[in-house]
Amino acid sequence: MKQSTIIWTLLMVLGGLGLVSVQVFRGKGEVYVRTVPVEAKSSSKTSPEQTYHWSTYQQVPAIEKGNPGISLSFSRTLGLWVAAFCTLAIFSFLYGDNPLYKFTESVFVGVSAAYAMVVAFWTEIVTNLYAKLLPGLARISFFPDMESSTQPNWLYLIPLVLSVLLLWRLAPKGNWIARWPLAFFIGATAGIRLISYLETDFIGQLQSTIMPFIVFSADGSLLWIKSLRNTIVIVGVLSCMVYFFFSIEHEGIVKYISRLGIWFLMVTFGASFAYTVMGRIALLSGRLDFLFNNWLGI
Amino acid sequence: MKRTIPLFISAVTGFVLIATAFIPKFVDWGNDAMAWFNLLAAFAFVLGGGNLLKMQLQKISAQQPGWGYSAVTLIAFFITLFVGLAKVGVHPNVNFPEFAWSGDYLEEGSVFWWFFEYIFTPLSATMFALLAFYISSAAFRAFRAKNTEATILLIIAVIVLLGRTYASEWLTGGFSNEPIFGENGITYSDFKLDHLTQIIMEDFTTPGMRAIKIGIALGVASTSLKVLLGVDRSYLGSDQEA
Repeated sequence: MKQSTIIWTLLMVLGGLGLVSVQVFRGKGEVYVRTVPVEAKSSSKTSPEQTYHWSTYQQVPAIEKGNPGISLSFSRTLGLWVAAFCTLAIFSFLYGDNPLYKFTESVFVGVSAAYAMVVAFWTEIVTNLYAKLLPGLARISFFPDMESSTQPNWLYLIPLVLSVLLLWRLAPKGNWIARWPLAFFIGATAGIRLISYLETDFIGQLQSTIMPFIVFSADGSLLWIKSLRNTIVIVGVLSCMVYFFFSIEHEGIVKYISRLGIWFLMVTFGASFAYTVMGRIALLSGRLDFLFNNWLGI
Repeated sequence: MKRTIPLFISAVTGFVLIATAFIPKFVDWGNDAMAWFNLLAAFAFVLGGGNLLKMQLQKISAQQPGWGYSAVTLIAFFITLFVGLAKVGVHPNVNFPEFAWSGDYLEEGSVFWWFFEYIFTPLSATMFALLAFYISSAAFRAFRAKNTEATILLIIAVIVLLGRTYASEWLTGGFSNEPIFGENGITYSDFKLDHLTQIIMEDFTTPGMRAIKIGIALGVASTSLKVLLGVDRSYLGSDQEA
């Protein structure tokens, strides 16, 4: 290991330990909650009424520490520290690729994949497949508020079969069968997108561009600023369209119009770039706010 | 079987969905197709999870370099999956307390919520925040006013960046409302950075965005038609697959 790496690693470890000890000593980086007791009565009208009790916890500002009913939440405090660790570990990539970053990156991949699967399971598979095919079972397990008269919709056997065929892709043999659900997927996407894009992005945008070059007020006077703005938009859209039109040579007048189109596009890209940078900076400031405010309490 | 049926399925599905926009009788079919589409998308996530599992297990069994990180990925994956599917720490719905599984899977205080709040959210937000450094560094290296187009892009980016921050007030806040010429004409305050940003966004960015959107719409429409008519079959892959 290089000497500089050892020195940097030592500095990082010592800095981290120092930070942790200072935090513990100052009593910061803690999360407090208010206990909210919940009392619920059973909904069944046939069996004798039963009462259920449990507690939920509401996060409160640290300033309320010591008030009655307010207690330290170990799980949320641990969560705060884990979140701070994850944030710092990802930021450590700015110094260079390192085991800490790789570790959190691996955790992120695993958690993200599982998160997407869980959300898909509860919001789609259970709600829109299980409940449609087996409403009786769904009512006594997950959805007690479901109408008892709901009948099974056997049409949903089709997406079930297609889904099984889709998962067949993981099988070592015969995975070509996954093309069938994939074809459904592609066909549905093409059908939905064709209409929606033509409606909103093609016709909608053209409609918005069809406006008067010269605008007059109610008393008949020329609104020259409004007229100029309309003209800029119309000329801009037309010149950009000419630039995108590659079926003719960009020579003569077409060359100059498409050049103007490029300038409009450059303005668009410049503004989009600025917005992208600002979006990332906003996220960065959010993370720094989390570290300095929520965690360090500075 | 391998190519004809998928082509038929995609064509029928696509044209039925297109027909729903024109024939009211088909609207219910369209709604059903959309519901099936969402279900298949949900199963695609399951497929994605399965694929991740397969790849990481292959990496571990072959003891490829970095296989330890694959193990970390799998551990994180299984723990999150378990606490999410088993609704660990989720209380029943208050209106139906006798139904233990009736609570919301992402209820505040549950273990899955804890994973979302304290691991998934900070990690995803920090990953994207990290791009702030790289995007700035790339811009610093790539942005050179070499020609007219690059100069326009650079100037506009600087104006919009400054115009949307406090720097706008700091640099141009002192511009007065006095007209430069005429009584109702342009004033000095019209050249404030925030106002210039507004003009750029409303009058100069709009044409570019509109042209791009029109181009995208035409591209999507033609690609969709090629897929539905069986001209583009690239999504079917090759015939060599098992």
